[in-house]
Amino acid sequence: MMRAITNRLVIIIPYLWLLFFFLLPFMIVLRIALSDLEYGAPPYTPQFSLADGWNVMWEKLGQLDFENFGFLASDSLYINSYLSSLQIAFFSTILTLLLGFPLAYGMARAPSGIRPTLLMLVILPFWTSFLIRVYAWIGILKQEGLLNQLLLWLGLIDTPLEILSTNKAVYIGIVYSYLPFMVLPIYSTLEKMDESLVEAARDLGCTRIGAFWKVTARLAVPGILAGCLLVFIPAVGEFVIPDLLGGSGTLMIGKTLWTEFFNNSDWTVASAIAIVLLVVLVVPIVLFQNAQARAAEAGR
Amino acid sequence: MPSLGSIRRSFAPWDDPAAKPYISFKNVTKRFGDFVAVDNLSLDVYEREFFSLLGPSGCGKTTLLRMLAGFEEPTEGEIFLDGQSLKGVPPHKRPVNMMFQSYALFPHMSVADNIAFGLKQDGMEKGARDERVAQMLKLVKLEEFAKRKPDQLSGGQRQRVALARAVAKRPKLLLLDEPLGALDKKLREETQFELMDLQQQLGLTFMIVTHDQEEAMTMSDRIAVMDKGIIAQIGTPAEIYEAPNSRYVADFIGSGNILEGNVASSDDAHVTIKGGDGEIVGALRGSKAPANGEAAWFAIRPEKMQVSRSKPENVDNALEGEVWDIAYLGDMTIINLKLDSGNVVQASMINRSRLVEDPIGYDERIWLSFSADSGLVLER
Repeated sequence: MMRAITNRLVIIIPYLWLLFFFLLPFMIVLRIALSDLEYGAPPYTPQFSLADGWNVMWEKLGQLDFENFGFLASDSLYINSYLSSLQIAFFSTILTLLLGFPLAYGMARAPSGIRPTLLMLVILPFWTSFLIRVYAWIGILKQEGLLNQLLLWLGLIDTPLEILSTNKAVYIGIVYSYLPFMVLPIYSTLEKMDESLVEAARDLGCTRIGAFWKVTARLAVPGILAGCLLVFIPAVGEFVIPDLLGGSGTLMIGKTLWTEFFNNSDWTVASAIAIVLLVVLVVPIVLFQNAQARAAEAGR
Repeated sequence: MPSLGSIRRSFAPWDDPAAKPYISFKNVTKRFGDFVAVDNLSLDVYEREFFSLLGPSGCGKTTLLRMLAGFEEPTEGEIFLDGQSLKGVPPHKRPVNMMFQSYALFPHMSVADNIAFGLKQDGMEKGARDERVAQMLKLVKLEEFAKRKPDQLSGGQRQRVALARAVAKRPKLLLLDEPLGALDKKLREETQFELMDLQQQLGLTFMIVTHDQEEAMTMSDRIAVMDKGIIAQIGTPAEIYEAPNSRYVADFIGSGNILEGNVASSDDAHVTIKGGDGEIVGALRGSKAPANGEAAWFAIRPEKMQVSRSKPENVDNALEGEVWDIAYLGDMTIINLKLDSGNVVQASMINRSRLVEDPIGYDERIWLSFSADSGLVLER
């Protein structure tokens, strides 16, 4: 009896967490997104309120005009921001994967004695504030920065490269910042993989490369998927990196949202942007969940 | 003259000087850094032989197998398969398949896909492939499990899938790394006979690595007992058991008693040694007797000794001592006897009758007797 209650409590905790820290804030944001803009504090007029009582609230809900969402569709800035964010996040994810997989593979195949050290090195950047690390990249990438000085000194270039304040700097910033999120899940799938599986594939007629694709890469797919989502999702909504490293031409939805909220004080449109962003991101998450559930089902 | 033959009497290519070896290790050495895993080893194995590499862990037996499969290259020396050097030949080009100790079944593929994997690599067309897979599934009696994933199978079933996958490509040589190591005792004993049948049925050469001497004895035509990278002795199970060439082999195979002494006298068939347990006469191993006074060891198996309460008459050897331990195993009883020298000697008795009038008990003083031909005098 006691056990059953404890079990239930344990299950309830994550749901309570979701309720208080996701669903409630989401409802608040949604309510602002459905409100009308007004000059005042706060700068919006709610269209409905729980205080009206249920019946009145239902009636008012039926009369909502969703004008803020309509506004997003009317101005190409928003659509372009979303598309550009998705594009930047997509290519950064691919770059991170191309860099992260060999890293994770090398770590997983390193002598077991030094693996904890390597793992530590991957996590080490987290000890410094994210903001400071992105700031540091300004010093590296700017016109007279470390990178340009090095390349000039090596004689590889004659004139300094223009990297800072372009999308290139944003890509570098995202790949750098999110690399550990790619490396760790891939490492954990590769690390527990039985090395003799690769040998078995080679024994049965695969070349080294064939065995890598058919066994190693295939079995790392769950880790690769997890890593890609962990990079892609936060990268879409990234604000700090495009703001600090990107230029005026860098369109990202996080930056647009910031501008609406702080510069234009338009809470209602900013909230609508946030809601749409969430919907855009929920799609890949649901797809991933489905894929995982299917994999788990097939594995049983 | 009594002799120690092979089990399959007609099959003994190793005794035929004209027979060509199928696998030939020629002065092979393998080093991992400073560690010498295999030390200047030469070995011939013949076609259709069931050959076992037996030894404790770290003796180099798995390294030998991995060099045949192509996962390791010898540091020195060369390996020949059917007359062809294997130097530089990658694993996927060798007509050899291996069954892994961990089975190494691909977790993302069904049983049928696992078995078909190697065939697919060879580019076998689908019809022939499906037929071969069905044949293999039948061979290992897993027809109903074709669509299952490896983690939906029991340990014994997984072992059989691994076996089916390894023989699906019809390799000339099958390498088995501790194939029965993960099975429980009863299943292991059944599978031993299945493996022997399979080897006969398919006419393959089997090379198996094991640390279980009983397993090696049951299945093999010949056994190589390995110790620290070298072969201590190579021979049929009976030769290894009845005529070990050293204390190491006598001790590693079966249970044995070894008593120490110095050579007191010898003729062309027997050697007498004298030590803490008095004079013991045993059979001479080989043709040349050791010189008088040299250190030597007498080795005898527990079942080769007779137990009696009174001093036996007209026997070559007799040892008296106090019963130290008795273990009743059902089919036989094992008695540990503490001799006056302090050495403990083990003897075993078959329990032929169900009821024994006056069984031997603890702390009794009893005698063990044995003929001169029952034990061997070893020089090392």
